[in-house]
Amino acid sequence: MSTLAASAGSLTSVAAAASTTSTGEAVQFWVLGTVAVIGALSTILMKKAVHSALSLAATMIVLAVFYLANGAYFLGVVQIIVYTGAIMMLFLFVVMLVGVTAADSLKETLKGQRWLAALCGLGFGVLLIAGIGNASLDSFTGLGQANAGGNVEGLAALLFTKYVFAFEITGALLITASVGAMLLTHRERTERAKTQREMAEERVRKGTQLPPLPAPGVYARHNAVDIAGLLPDGTASELTVNKTLKARGQIRDVSNEAIADLKALERSSAERLGRDEEEVNS
Amino acid sequence: MNPVYYLYLASLLFTIGAAGVLIRRNAIVVFMCVELMLNACNLAFVTFSRMHGNLDGQIIAFFTMVVAAAEVVVGLAIIVSVFRSRHSASVDDASLMKL
Repeated sequence: MSTLAASAGSLTSVAAAASTTSTGEAVQFWVLGTVAVIGALSTILMKKAVHSALSLAATMIVLAVFYLANGAYFLGVVQIIVYTGAIMMLFLFVVMLVGVTAADSLKETLKGQRWLAALCGLGFGVLLIAGIGNASLDSFTGLGQANAGGNVEGLAALLFTKYVFAFEITGALLITASVGAMLLTHRERTERAKTQREMAEERVRKGTQLPPLPAPGVYARHNAVDIAGLLPDGTASELTVNKTLKARGQIRDVSNEAIADLKALERSSAERLGRDEEEVNS
Repeated sequence: MNPVYYLYLASLLFTIGAAGVLIRRNAIVVFMCVELMLNACNLAFVTFSRMHGNLDGQIIAFFTMVVAAAEVVVGLAIIVSVFRSRHSASVDDASLMKL
């Protein structure tokens, strides 16, 4: 143990990767480790996917700091650039495409599945941590010697000699992935798009709605596209609003408000003219 | 502080990710939990690299990152195309192969 400490002492230039850790690293571990665990927990507990993604990004940044503390300088920077920079932003883009409001339904399809899953996770964690606790992992070599010529240079020397085939196969994997992504998200049009004339003829043949669809909004009150226009009897007309907005459930309905306003107006005018309530209601 | 604590943290994060995969049903969140598990493994690899004093562990972690990036690209493309055809990102709704 003393020789180990001496060798670590001779390589104090790479203190962060030595076999013993400083008090500063301990403080950093406990503070940032707490942040990482809280971030991971809120990733699985947050109801909305956006919040989960942001929590996961926080956890990944903390992990990047831990990589730096463990002497993996290149990986720490790559973690920030690739994971939090590229992958999490890709996640956010997909959340945006799929819809921010797409929260999980809380209804259980399998009875007791959540509790069983949490129990399984707990048992697995206890098993894993007990296994690590039982293993004799007391001696630490430290990366002082391996990082002596620079971390990036050391990684490059390994990557282009011992792992060169794995590295080249990785290139094939990346090309396959990008082609696959293009293939999966590209949509081929199976039939020809209808021309304007064909659509007009179809509309005449169908005969349900010959003139253009009525405009949304209630004159002099709202003119937003998400508010259905009102029919003469005060009910909302489904024809006036966009189909997409209707499917998303983003239509505001002001018809009840308008009817209530009308009633209040009738009541106040009745009071002013001195009629009684029964007369108005009949 | 013993650097073994990094391994405890890695196993804790892996466990949380695994529980998330089992519990959540939004496909995107399930995917994020898989990413969390991969990251926990990377932390363990980096710690082992420091333990043994060579850089092989960091190389493996680097390859894990590359594979994770490729996996995310294809997986998110699949989620988007499933959402397009079924208008739902829930893993319960994609049950076409169930009898």
